[in-house]
Amino acid sequence: MAGSRPTDSQRVVVTGLGATTPLGGDVASTWSAMLSGTSGVEVLTQDWVDTLPVHIAAPVAVEPLEILPVPQIRRMDRSGQFALIAAREAWADAGTPDVDPERTGVVIASGIGGVTTLLAAYDTLKERGARRVLPMTVPMLMPNGPAAIVGLELTARAGVHTPVSACSSGAEAIAYAVDMIRSGRADVVAAGGTEAAIHPLPLAGFAAMQALSTRNDEPERASRPYDKGRDGFVLGEGAGVLVLESLEHARARGARIYGEVAGTGITADAHHMAQPDPVGSGAARAMSMAVAGAGATSGDIVHINAHATSTPVGDVAEVQAIRRALGDATDGACVSATKSMTGHLLGAAGAVESIATILALYHRTAPPTTNLEDPDDDVDLDVVRGEPRALPDGELLALNNSFGFGGHNVALAFRTVEK
Amino acid sequence: MAASEQEILAGLAEIVNEETGIPTGDVAPDKSFTDDLDIDSLSMMTIVVNAEEKFGVRIPDDDVKGLSTVGDAVSYIQKASA
Repeated sequence: MAGSRPTDSQRVVVTGLGATTPLGGDVASTWSAMLSGTSGVEVLTQDWVDTLPVHIAAPVAVEPLEILPVPQIRRMDRSGQFALIAAREAWADAGTPDVDPERTGVVIASGIGGVTTLLAAYDTLKERGARRVLPMTVPMLMPNGPAAIVGLELTARAGVHTPVSACSSGAEAIAYAVDMIRSGRADVVAAGGTEAAIHPLPLAGFAAMQALSTRNDEPERASRPYDKGRDGFVLGEGAGVLVLESLEHARARGARIYGEVAGTGITADAHHMAQPDPVGSGAARAMSMAVAGAGATSGDIVHINAHATSTPVGDVAEVQAIRRALGDATDGACVSATKSMTGHLLGAAGAVESIATILALYHRTAPPTTNLEDPDDDVDLDVVRGEPRALPDGELLALNNSFGFGGHNVALAFRTVEK
Repeated sequence: MAASEQEILAGLAEIVNEETGIPTGDVAPDKSFTDDLDIDSLSMMTIVVNAEEKFGVRIPDDDVKGLSTVGDAVSYIQKASA
């Protein structure tokens, strides 16, 4: 690869993974469901569903009640519960690192925060008065609540942070964690994102934007990135957390290394609140920055986990941005749109898809894109369809893209690390 | 008819258990909410509000400070509901 590499203390690697998603209650079950092309989308059964144009979503496969004790559940927003479950798994997966609390960091993003707590508390206030609003309401609804929960769990005192950039939040958290390690603020950081927004209000709001699929009769076929028949995204929920540390630190403690966060790129469009820049220049710049930061060139990229939410406009805008950033090298990268199975986890998407990207490199297998039956004419990408695809031997580079309402663009470049 | 002391204790123990996970058997009259049961002020307020609803009483915030043991709370609720 071209370009220079930073020293081992500046190279940041992934040593632990944790997740709870619509496909599974942990990383292993999520990954295995992803490889077999399973859908996490279903018809909702709540009594409010009939009041909405959208009747489908992708709830977590394993309810937190099956894992956490009731008193803990009652003191945490659902997004905090997801974050705790994913962080515990990631930390254990990393071998429960013995780190000085003042060198331990947490960055857990959220797109919307404790929205179900907020709205339930408002219902309580209106129906039963101020006295019945629980004292834990504010700590539960604040967007940094999940990060604080994980910070308490891991006794993290180097800093606990919550980037909020809509659907790129989870990826931004990983980029922020890389900066914390490279700048010497922390030795080990648990980073990722969480979201729990399956509630009639966010659904109504996204539906009002015409952003959601209304393929209510065929939930498993509703999220169909790049397909001509796509009509919006499917709202998902869950969390993903990665344990990051310097290569030097990981090797010194003999940690298993999944791969490297080789480069990060963050840009903003300043174009429109909710529409992507039609030529994708901001998104392209984020991808180019991530590749350059990895000391690589676009020709090194073998795989892309695309943002690809299954909206008519967004999917094509990303294709153009990828072409703009990678040029002819685009043809050398196979693309997976895993939201076809998970739905769109908003602030958790960037984290869960980073896990998918790093596992694709680690296992040298790109997950499939489901429901792509009739590709859009404007999608000239090598999309992995139907079956997973084997990735080549040798050192590999992959990109994970995340874009958010507000014009936020985050691209992360991951690289294999010799075992 | 007002609840008996035993009924109030059992009901209160259930509320404490739901909020904190402390076994109902540990919620005994001589136990201090803070020193023995390690219940923080936020949980205490939740317990108070839930007890108000369950027993149909009102426990003003100023009075909550005086309820240091489970027994104090049981007597208070019994008097208030009498």
